[in-house]
Amino acid sequence: MSSSVAVVGFYEPWWIQIIKALVIFAAAFAILPILTVYERKLLGRFQNRYGPNRVGPFGLMQPLAEIVKFATKEPFRPTTSIGYMFRIAPMIAILTAVAALALVPFGDVQHIFGQRVGLYGIDVSIGPLYVFAFAGISFYGIMLGGWSSGSKYSFLGAMRGAAQLISYEVSQGLALVGVVITAGTLSLTGIVHAQRGMWYLIPQFAGFVIFLVASFAETNRAPFDLVEADAELVGGYFTEYGGTPFIAFMFAEYMNMIVVAGIATTMFLGGWLLPFGIHPPGWVDPFVVVAKMMIFITFFIWVRATLPRLRYDQLMSFGWKALLPLATLNLLVTAILVVS
Amino acid sequence: MLRSYLPAIVFIALGAVVGGTFGVLNAVLGPRRVIKHKTDPYECGLPSEVKRGFRFGISFYLMAMLFILFDIEVIFLYPIAVQLKAFGGFALGELIVFIALLTVALIYVWRRGALEWK
Repeated sequence: MSSSVAVVGFYEPWWIQIIKALVIFAAAFAILPILTVYERKLLGRFQNRYGPNRVGPFGLMQPLAEIVKFATKEPFRPTTSIGYMFRIAPMIAILTAVAALALVPFGDVQHIFGQRVGLYGIDVSIGPLYVFAFAGISFYGIMLGGWSSGSKYSFLGAMRGAAQLISYEVSQGLALVGVVITAGTLSLTGIVHAQRGMWYLIPQFAGFVIFLVASFAETNRAPFDLVEADAELVGGYFTEYGGTPFIAFMFAEYMNMIVVAGIATTMFLGGWLLPFGIHPPGWVDPFVVVAKMMIFITFFIWVRATLPRLRYDQLMSFGWKALLPLATLNLLVTAILVVS
Repeated sequence: MLRSYLPAIVFIALGAVVGGTFGVLNAVLGPRRVIKHKTDPYECGLPSEVKRGFRFGISFYLMAMLFILFDIEVIFLYPIAVQLKAFGGFALGELIVFIALLTVALIYVWRRGALEWK
């Protein structure tokens, strides 16, 4: 560990900033296809079958085969669709998901080849608000994509998606306020340093559970995947999409999962810190963070294999009548405990 | 200070590049054999009768309005939350008053049945 105090506003020379952004993006871009295979393998194992195992060793080449397959499909769109919005929606979905990735910290400020490099995209004084801002924009990807398709199913999926995302965004935001009060900073590296003594998983357990549940809804994962409920809406907002624009929506969904896992790791699981006072050398930090993120992603998949989908009115009333009051209560109790 | 946002701009540019690539890739590589029925909006085997312009439930509008109310609450809470330790009791009092007012609003909305999905 190089520095013990987080320096908000510290930044490297511009070329290091660009290189580290490229490296983090390349790593995420490489992990993402593996995640899709991992999810299908794991779901297969949960259901007593193998999952993809034909293409390459352990089916690892499956995503490559799929990209080739999707890319050589014929592009078409319904006559009722609105062309430029129909094309721009998957791009918005990807852009916002990738932009949010910039905030996830993979380690502290390290000395690499005589340069001080922060192992994160950005470490800014607005912290999680940056992610919320892009989550707010990402909803345009779903909304425009579904609405401009000019299909019943897409339209209903988009409306449901919009209502669901905005309902759970409130609880998600409130769940993090407890952490911010305890840490006294919005900088994500600062929040990790504040967890030296104890991970916030323990004192902020209620906030953690609320954040996790709201995250399932925010990333459209089961049991809150009402947006793409295939039994009633065929495919939800991407019913009319095929080929690579469809991959774009899938890409955005998995990227959102990575970002949410990263934020949860940083906020509640102590980021790159290890328990029992173990201090590994600095280069281990990113691996610790990725390992903790994999715990979350495995949990996401596990829940998808276990829980059935909710009914839509149950989903909305759960968000507003259970999660929102609980998150507010958690925030109040935290504030009173911290001040007194 | 703003310089620390440079990686974010790189990420946004990368996202735009990847999104753009995915957007046009199968227009470049895919075949083109247009027949009329391919461009109908999806409908389970029936002839499609979809026109532009849909009607949808009033509950969606209500949710959107409630969201604006409560999301602003969340955004206003963050600055207080960061400085709560420094300001102590005074800030805590302000926080409690603020949340109490919004709780009254939530109870009102709840009692009026705006949270019931119709």
